[in-house]
Amino acid sequence: MIDVVPPGIENASLRSVRYAAWRFVLQRASAAVLAICVVVHLATIIYAVRHQLTAAAIVARMHASAFWPAFYTIFVVAVAIHAPLGLRAIADEWLGLRGRRADVVVASIALVLLGGGLYAVRSLTA
Amino acid sequence: MISLTESTFPVLIWRGAADGAFRRYEVPRLASQTVLDVVTHVQRHLDASLAYRYACRVGMCGSCAMTVNGKARWTCRTHVDTVAGDRTLEIGPLHHLPIVRDLVVDMAPFFDKWAAAKGEFKPTATRYDDFAKVAPASPARRAIDATIECIGCAVCYASCDVVGWKPDYLGPAALNRAFTLVNDVRDGAGVARLRAIAGDGGCQSCHTHQSCTERCPKHLLPTASIAGLKRLVALAAVKGTL
Repeated sequence: MIDVVPPGIENASLRSVRYAAWRFVLQRASAAVLAICVVVHLATIIYAVRHQLTAAAIVARMHASAFWPAFYTIFVVAVAIHAPLGLRAIADEWLGLRGRRADVVVASIALVLLGGGLYAVRSLTA
Repeated sequence: MISLTESTFPVLIWRGAADGAFRRYEVPRLASQTVLDVVTHVQRHLDASLAYRYACRVGMCGSCAMTVNGKARWTCRTHVDTVAGDRTLEIGPLHHLPIVRDLVVDMAPFFDKWAAAKGEFKPTATRYDDFAKVAPASPARRAIDATIECIGCAVCYASCDVVGWKPDYLGPAALNRAFTLVNDVRDGAGVARLRAIAGDGGCQSCHTHQSCTERCPKHLLPTASIAGLKRLVALAAVKGTL
């Protein structure tokens, strides 16, 4: 067996391997959550359109229920996990961006999505 | 279709290294002619300086893979009839590997990745132990049946988009080999191998395009092997055994 291996593969630290594995797990798990959330969200939109609900009527119904703020909180959290990890994978392939620099970019995007999303959800409860 | 009524047909063959170019040759048309027959005719009768690689000519050794009309193929088992259509036959070196000269690529990066994926068997028994008894019908052994026949031709590697985008991606063949050994109950490198294939260039990078599976001349399913590794890596991460 050849003992020459490409740099960066054999010497990857156990920590970075576990981190890569957990990124994969989190992205797939969040995708599973999103699959359900998107279906519910689309069904909600179709329902609202078919019943000709106005924006004000929709917001009023959302306010009346504890379910919708909880549902959209889960939706937002799943998006804030899923989208940045996907972008990280794309940045790795297209821009060669990985490691700590990629983490900073990904964490920033996650915070923006989480902050903006939760702000919007809060308006349903407040 | 290149007609058998024609006595010769045009072939474009890559000459030189990465900065080379295709050169045109006229080759006699023969019945049941393979692409390797064409290359061999050119080297023996038209241009002795043409460099190419082959050994067994019967689809066992995995040394004659080339890019034929844009797709990686084993040339010894590829008939001109089935690939040329009504176009000129165009034969080049494999993608994603450094070109040494003409149709010969440097296979070192390809096999280095087998080593990086811990593609060697790590026995748990010694010569003093009895033979291992592995039930042929056991799920783990049957999973090996689906992966073991790899001939190391690098057709999958040359066909993989992710290898092109991400040079340290281990690629379908090395990961298929790793999955073969993960399923081998006699092997003792399980966790170390999972760690070797779970990093930045590991199995999670696969996009499931399935070009490897479509092009594998042995009809193996590297995509399924990689999916199996993804499941094992995810399970190990969650259980804390990675």
